[in-house]
Amino acid sequence: MVKSSFIKPCKKNILYKLIFKEINDLVLDSIPIVSILSFFIGGVVSIQMALNLESPLLSKTLIGFATRQSVILEFAPTFISIIMAGKVGSYITSSIGTMRVTEQIDALEVMGINSLNYLVFPKIIAMLMYPFIITFSMFLGLLGGLLAMTLTGVPSEAYIQGIQMDFDIFHVTYSYIKTLVFSFILATVPAFHGFYMKGGALDVGKASTQSFYWTSIIIIIVNYIITQLLLS
Amino acid sequence: MIEIKNIFKSFGSSEVLIDISAKFERGKTNLIIGQSGSGKTVLLKCLLGLYVTDNGELIYDNIYSSRMNDEEKINIKKEMGMVFQGSALFDSMTVLENVRFPLDMLTKYSEREKNEIALKFIDRVNLNDAINKLPSEISGGMQKRVGIARAIVLNPKYLFCDEPNSGLDPKTAIVIDNLIQEITKEYNITTVINSHDMNSVIEIGENIIFLKKGIKLWQGNNKEILNSKNKEVEDFVYSSELVKKLRKN
Ligand SMILES: Nc1ncnc2c1ncn2[C@@H]1O[C@H](COP(=O)(O)OP(=O)(O)OP(=O)(O)O)[C@@H](O)[C@H]1O
Ligand SMILES: [Mg+2]
Repeated sequence: MVKSSFIKPCKKNILYKLIFKEINDLVLDSIPIVSILSFFIGGVVSIQMALNLESPLLSKTLIGFATRQSVILEFAPTFISIIMAGKVGSYITSSIGTMRVTEQIDALEVMGINSLNYLVFPKIIAMLMYPFIITFSMFLGLLGGLLAMTLTGVPSEAYIQGIQMDFDIFHVTYSYIKTLVFSFILATVPAFHGFYMKGGALDVGKASTQSFYWTSIIIIIVNYIITQLLLS
Repeated sequence: MIEIKNIFKSFGSSEVLIDISAKFERGKTNLIIGQSGSGKTVLLKCLLGLYVTDNGELIYDNIYSSRMNDEEKINIKKEMGMVFQGSALFDSMTVLENVRFPLDMLTKYSEREKNEIALKFIDRVNLNDAINKLPSEISGGMQKRVGIARAIVLNPKYLFCDEPNSGLDPKTAIVIDNLIQEITKEYNITTVINSHDMNSVIEIGENIIFLKKGIKLWQGNNKEILNSKNKEVEDFVYSSELVKKLRKN
C-alpha cells in the first residue's frame, strides 16, 4: 500500500495544496490538545518526582533532572503519539473510510487517478511536521513542571539547573528517531484501515476503533524495539 | 458502441455473472435491469474496468480489452464517465470544484479555461444557483445532477450510470432520466444505465438487457418489454400492484 501511494503522483500544484491541507488538519489542529496535555502532565510528573525525592540528602535539582528525562524520553514522543493515534488516527480512518463507503474512492479510480497517492501520500508528507508538535510538547511539559514546582515552593533555579544537568544529546536524538517512526505509523496504519474497509456508515465507526487499537499497539511495540536497540 | 462477449465473473465460489453477451449502442440509453442482487453493479464495474472479468471479451468501438496495453487502458478510462448510485461527490469541495476536479487532475487547461468548461456543464444541468454550495447543502436530485456534470465534463465517449434515480421522488427521477437521455443524444455517447425502476424502463429504455441471478434472460426495447412473453420478464415488469391493476383495465 505504501509503495503504490508513491507511484503515479498527481500534478505538483495539486499535491502542494493537498499537503498544506493535511498539515493543517493533522498537525496544526492538534496543537491545542497537545499543549493542554503536555503542560498539565509535565506538572504532575514533577510533583510526583518531588514526592519520591523528598529526602534532605537529595538535591532539589534532581526533580528537574528526572522530570526532563521522563518528558523527553517517554512522555512527549510516546504518550502524545498514543493520544494522536486517537485524534489523528481516527480522523484519517473515518475520512478515508467515508470516501470508501460513499464510492468517492471508486470515483477517483474511474477517473484514472491513483487514489492511494491522492489520499495517503500527502498525509505521510504532512506528518513529517509531526516532530514539531513533539518539540512543542517537550517544551510545555518542562514549563508545566516549572510552574508546579514554583507553586509547591521548590526554587525555580534548582529546577532549571536540574533540567540542564548531565544533558546527553543522544537521548534527544533517540526521542526524535522514535517520533519520526511514529509519525509514519500514525499516517499509514489508520489510512490502511480506512482504505480497505468494507460496508456502510456504521462500519466506518468500527474501522476507526480498530484503527486506534492497532495504531496504539504498533506504536507501543515499536517503541519497545527502538528503545531496546538504541538505549540498552 | 460497447460489445461484450461471454463475460463471466465470480467472487470466491459465488458466480455473479454467467456467460453474458450484449451490445450497448452509441447515442442510445442502454439499460441493464433486474432485481436487487442480480449483478447489475458488478457488470457495470466490469465495463468500467474496476473489476477484472474472469473470462470473455469487452470491445470498446473495436478496441479489444484483452489486447490493450497499460497505456491504452489508461486512455480508455479517460473516455469514460460514471454517475454513482450515491452521487459520490467529494464532500469537502463545492459544486464548481467537484465538476472542475477531473479537469484539474487530468488536463492542462488554464484556470480560466477550466472554470469556463466546468460552468458550461453546470449550466447544462441547470445548477447555476448552486455553484458555490457544498454537496451537503443541496438536495439529492441536485447532487445527482452535479454527478452527471462531473461525469461528462471531459466529453466521454462512454457514460455509465448506476441507478441514477434511486432515492428520488418519481418526478425528479424522470427529470434525471430525461437529462441523461438528452445528454446521450447531444454528445452522441454510449450510455449504459443500471436500473430497477419501471418508470425509467418505459421512459428511456431504448435498448434493455434483463438480468436475473447473473444470467441475461432477455434483450429488447421499451415497446417490446411490455408485450414480452418471457415469464421472468413479465414477473419483473408487472411486479407492482399498481401496474397489475392498470393492466387488467
Ligand atoms: N466485491 C464483492 N465481493 C463479493 N461479492 C460481491 C461483490 N460485489 C457484489 N457481490 C455479490 O454479487 C451479487 C450481485 O451484486 P450487485 O451489486 O451487482 O447487485 P445489483 O444488481 O447491483 O443489486 P442492487 O440493485 O441492489 O444494487 C450479490 O449477490 C453480491 O453479494
Ligand atoms: Mg447495484
